[in-house]
Amino acid sequence: MVEGLMEDNEVIGPKWRDRDRAGNKIYRFLKLNDFDELQMDYTRSYLSPKNFFLPFKEDLATFDFQDSDWEQNIQYTIHPRVIVGMRACDINALLKLDEVMVKSAYPNPYYFARRRNTIIIGLDHEPLPDCFCRSMNADAAFHGFDLFLTDIGDKYFIAVNSDTGFMILNRYGAEQVAEADQVLYKQVKKQIESKFKTQLDVTIVPELMDLEFESPVWKKWGDKCLSCGSCAMVCPTCYCYGVEEQVNLTFTRATKRRFLYSCNLLDFASVAGGHNFRPEPHIRLKYRYYHQFRGFVETYNQSLCVGCNRCGVACLAGIHPKAVLDDLNSMEVA
Amino acid sequence: MLKIPHHDINLEPDMARPPDFNRRAARMQTERTYKSRVLAAIQLTEHEKLFHIRILDPLERQNFQFLPGQFVMLELPGCGEVAISISGSSSNREFLELCVRKVGKVTGMLHRLEPGAFIGIRGPFGTHFPMQEMVGSNVLLIAGGLGIVPLRSTIYWVNDHRIDYRDVTIMYGIREPSQILFDYQAEEWCRVYGLRMETIVEHPDESWAGHVGMITDLFEDVPIDPDHTFAVVCGPPVMFKYVCGYLSDLGLPRQRMFVSLERRMHCGMGKCCRCNVGSTFTCLDGPVFDYWSVMNLKEAI
Repeated sequence: MVEGLMEDNEVIGPKWRDRDRAGNKIYRFLKLNDFDELQMDYTRSYLSPKNFFLPFKEDLATFDFQDSDWEQNIQYTIHPRVIVGMRACDINALLKLDEVMVKSAYPNPYYFARRRNTIIIGLDHEPLPDCFCRSMNADAAFHGFDLFLTDIGDKYFIAVNSDTGFMILNRYGAEQVAEADQVLYKQVKKQIESKFKTQLDVTIVPELMDLEFESPVWKKWGDKCLSCGSCAMVCPTCYCYGVEEQVNLTFTRATKRRFLYSCNLLDFASVAGGHNFRPEPHIRLKYRYYHQFRGFVETYNQSLCVGCNRCGVACLAGIHPKAVLDDLNSMEVA
Repeated sequence: MLKIPHHDINLEPDMARPPDFNRRAARMQTERTYKSRVLAAIQLTEHEKLFHIRILDPLERQNFQFLPGQFVMLELPGCGEVAISISGSSSNREFLELCVRKVGKVTGMLHRLEPGAFIGIRGPFGTHFPMQEMVGSNVLLIAGGLGIVPLRSTIYWVNDHRIDYRDVTIMYGIREPSQILFDYQAEEWCRVYGLRMETIVEHPDESWAGHVGMITDLFEDVPIDPDHTFAVVCGPPVMFKYVCGYLSDLGLPRQRMFVSLERRMHCGMGKCCRCNVGSTFTCLDGPVFDYWSVMNLKEAI
């Protein structure tokens, strides 16, 4: 099926890119040129597939100058493509981004064009030791994809969630689900559930962010923070950005570009005149958590975090969301 | 062979016409800036200029309808985009007025522009002062420093609908007499529209004959009826605590005091997160908040 789709469409999937210091494979979602590049047994991509919807850099508009006048050009065209092998947590992450980018005030046309023209084929997997998506209620995807594959031995159990997905299945052939397959599927799902090792106590998390707003825990972790923004770059849901404009060497054209940013970076909230609303690393770190676990909940009735722990893996200073939340949950009086 | 069907959003009807930023839920060209022309650039003080700006396209000009307290994203192509609160009258459909202090890169460049220059305007964005709710009440307009800029839109509104409001008092605090903005309009506001205006200066010069002190000193002379008054407070956040604290001690409910916040902004549409305050965004739920909400937003002031 994937090979067939590759004949006529751009297909993106997890590829093996490198090894980390411990020798573990590092995977990344990239365009597939050859079917053999697709690693269906990948563990976790270092970067989340969010960047196919929110690229690190994206041109918002160009301005062509002529004499003292200018003309603005905007291009929203996105060609259809297929992403194979997305995890449930990453699909849930997209659903959260949809809330902001599609369903809220001022829907973003760039994001919408990418979302609307991307076919998503999901893939189940057994959790890694540090996955806590189950605690974040993001371990299963019920919508937000076209097809979702679960390995039940010598075949895939496939959930169909769109007409395009159904069309693809019909084109490449699939057999009807037999009762025995359903039993196998249930067994696999139970087995996946039993493998979660990391749990996060989320009982009172949104409230906790207010209760512990002045907690020394923020300083403890914030003092470690290097303000590098790696956590936001790998996060499947972080969407904040900055805009910059560049002029070409002949002063005939300017490009307005959006680039993904991080609320941990020093100048995130600094304004003209020099005032910085969040000058210290621990204040910025706190706001990252406050937005993920409190601010987003207030607006959309769900946390922004999906529990993939990519930020914990990427953090150069060893700040793990699980450890920070455990500290905040602590019953000891500081 | 199976080619995934292509949905070209450029062909959607709302995408093919100029955006109307008052239709917040519509999918439209949110990056499209209305090409506009600087009609006048008036030096008001050493650091502040008043710009008259006309949106050129008739349909875009028609779409641009704002209420006092809202802001625009002002674009200087190739230089950058900044959030600026609107300072003119919402009934002026011919051009908009922006009063801008020269403080950063974009505003520095803006100050160098001469009449005739082409710039971009997106908006209006954000919440506004609840002019309808205030109908039938006394209105206290309290400005500190540059806070008079968004308040001026409110003053125009009150004057345009003068019969709807009872006693309207402007309290204006400023550091030095040379920084006073719109002094040339004060007489008209008072004599024609019957507003009361009290200006107080922190550091007077020899020629200054008016009040001297902090803005809160003006409360000694201004009687306030807490049961029938709305307050609009614009200025530096430190002022909110003293002014709103005083008013709330008088018995004015915090939900009848309105303040305007300022934050860094890159989009104006709740997407870039730069203006995040507490659990929300200044560009969507603000810049105008009632004081109760502001008190409940972490580190808002």
